[in-house]
Amino acid sequence: MAKELWKGNEAVAEAAIRAGCRFFFGYPITPQNEIPEYFSRHLPEHGGCFLQAESEIAAINMTYGAAGSGVRVMTSSSSPGISLKQEGITYIAGAELPVVIVNMMRGGPGLGNIAPSQSDYFQATRGGGNGDYRTVVLAPSTIQEAADLTQEAFDIADVYRIPVLVLADGLIGQMMEAIEWRSPKPRSLPPKDWATDGSRGKRGHNVVNSLYIETEDCTALNRKLQQKHELITKNEIRYEEFMTRDAEVLFVSYGTTARVAHAAVLKLRKDGVKAGLFRPITLWPFPEAALRACAQQTNVKAVVTAEMSMGQMLDDVKIAVNGAKPVRFVGTGGGTIPTPAELMDEAQKAIEEVWNHGRRIPALQRAN
Amino acid sequence: MAVVYRRSKGLTDAQTHYCPGCTHGVAHKLVAEAMEELDIIGTTVGIAPVGCSVFAYDYFACDMQEAAHGRAPAVATGIKRAHPDLAVFTYQGDGDLAAIGTAEIVHAAMRGEKITTIFINNAIYGMTGGQMAPTTLVGQTATTAPLGRQQEHYGSPIRMAELLSTLDGCVYAERVTLTDVPNILKAKKAIKKAFELQLSGAGFTFVEILSTCPTNWGLTPLDAIGWLKEHMIPYFPLGVYADRMEERRHDA
Ligand SMILES: Cc1ncc(C[n+]2csc(CCOP(=O)(O)OP(=O)(O)O)c2C)c(N)n1
Ligand code: SF4
Ligand SMILES: [Mg+2]
Repeated sequence: MAKELWKGNEAVAEAAIRAGCRFFFGYPITPQNEIPEYFSRHLPEHGGCFLQAESEIAAINMTYGAAGSGVRVMTSSSSPGISLKQEGITYIAGAELPVVIVNMMRGGPGLGNIAPSQSDYFQATRGGGNGDYRTVVLAPSTIQEAADLTQEAFDIADVYRIPVLVLADGLIGQMMEAIEWRSPKPRSLPPKDWATDGSRGKRGHNVVNSLYIETEDCTALNRKLQQKHELITKNEIRYEEFMTRDAEVLFVSYGTTARVAHAAVLKLRKDGVKAGLFRPITLWPFPEAALRACAQQTNVKAVVTAEMSMGQMLDDVKIAVNGAKPVRFVGTGGGTIPTPAELMDEAQKAIEEVWNHGRRIPALQRAN
Repeated sequence: MAVVYRRSKGLTDAQTHYCPGCTHGVAHKLVAEAMEELDIIGTTVGIAPVGCSVFAYDYFACDMQEAAHGRAPAVATGIKRAHPDLAVFTYQGDGDLAAIGTAEIVHAAMRGEKITTIFINNAIYGMTGGQMAPTTLVGQTATTAPLGRQQEHYGSPIRMAELLSTLDGCVYAERVTLTDVPNILKAKKAIKKAFELQLSGAGFTFVEILSTCPTNWGLTPLDAIGWLKEHMIPYFPLGVYADRMEERRHDA
């Protein structure tokens, strides 16, 4: 199929429509406004409904209602708005509803700014709402991947009855790239026989609920959710390795920062430094075993985590590497995108540290 | 033998957990009867709030969703927009609707969301043990207003039927009560009318029910009815506050 030029936010919205999403509830916030705008133009053509809510809280609760009644539905926002959605997300997790949520992250904390950031990693992977729950977190690093993962997010949500978060940032949202439309590999989807779409005298009443007042019942729900989380961890982990087979310095990066790390790897290789990149695509479940195996290769001397935050995924990287290799961090908060040179500097420091100044990296190219 | 009374098919067989003399049970019965009489039990989705009526999802025989505190109108909106053919109602207390969920109810009404809201105004937070509500009367004591609600500190109680009736999308708003049989019959009529207007696609419909909470008011069920009549009705007058379909009929 021919390649088409798409802006990230619009590609995400179009991908959702292609995945059969016909309902969208949202509230404006930069840098994701093209998502609701695209839905407002195109959902009516498909017999669906776009509704601008009075707040992100209302939007996520509308999404809860629609998902509970059995339709494919999505909401999107950016960081401060995603904070407001946390109440709804934990209810969605508790009621086991399939929902897709997109976060085009921006600088924080507080009102922060509208520049690209990855500082909602903790919120996304640890759950910003109350209780023991998880959301599947998919982190695209290209527009192609944003389109692919958004489509697949609906299938994952349906199969496991779980909220799925597409976690990208303002750069992915605003950038244009050539993409090819393709469908995810078909999965067999369970029937939504739990949905509140009217009993029509053919069954008992369906109830969508997250209240389990008896402790044994709530404990049983928690156990059930845990089993589901284990199944997802077994089935859905995704990552990409780039030049890791002989890498001495291993970058770990996702999303936009992985693009920067990719460039740093190529430049370091040109300078004679064997660098590689491990890119988690699912942030939860985190590719812990795969990263451990990768970092444990004897050729890997040091691991460098690079993020557009002050060090959040770093925790997961340390858990995965488990002390086998030194783990360093390079990152920026507040909406700044790190340069390849900054990552290369950190790689050099890592190697110097390990070899105790034994071998210096040949003159680094600082231009980026 | 002739059947003179039976439990409405709109209710399940579950036994409710409401305190003796609490009017939540009567309100449930009226909503259930309205659904049964309109033959819409199989095509209705109800939204339970957070409050004493949180278990309403176990009591109503139609499909039910349980919403986060105050968000029932948003949840109802999601369902109704996805399934315009279904009847959708929310059942909410005064803390739920007039405090934490004020934005959701006002905007659902503004949009003319084709849903029905049953608003149980008992001037107190029942479930959490008698804290002050936005509808608690000036001077009325609550566990968080031990000296009584003070106007200089908290202002005057909010009148939701009047407030919502100013919005064009709210086609019907009536305040009723359950103090005696004539009022119960009036309440039933209002609930049924609200559902009928919703089904005709007219817009947002709202029935406020002045209710008792004998437990947290510290009164017997009978004294609670007396207190409601003496104190609540003067501040929250009964009556129709919006009937835009009727107005339109007159205009035509
Ligand atoms: C977000 C959130 N805040 C607070 C509560 C605690 N809470 C439960 S019910 C309730 C008040 C309910 O009062 P009302 O809506 O008047 O209903 P009633 O019990 O009087 O029928 C509160 C504050 C909660 N469950 N969730
Ligand atoms: S606490 Fe009040 S509102 Fe709640 S069930 Fe008891 S009497 Fe009814
Ligand atoms: Mg109350």
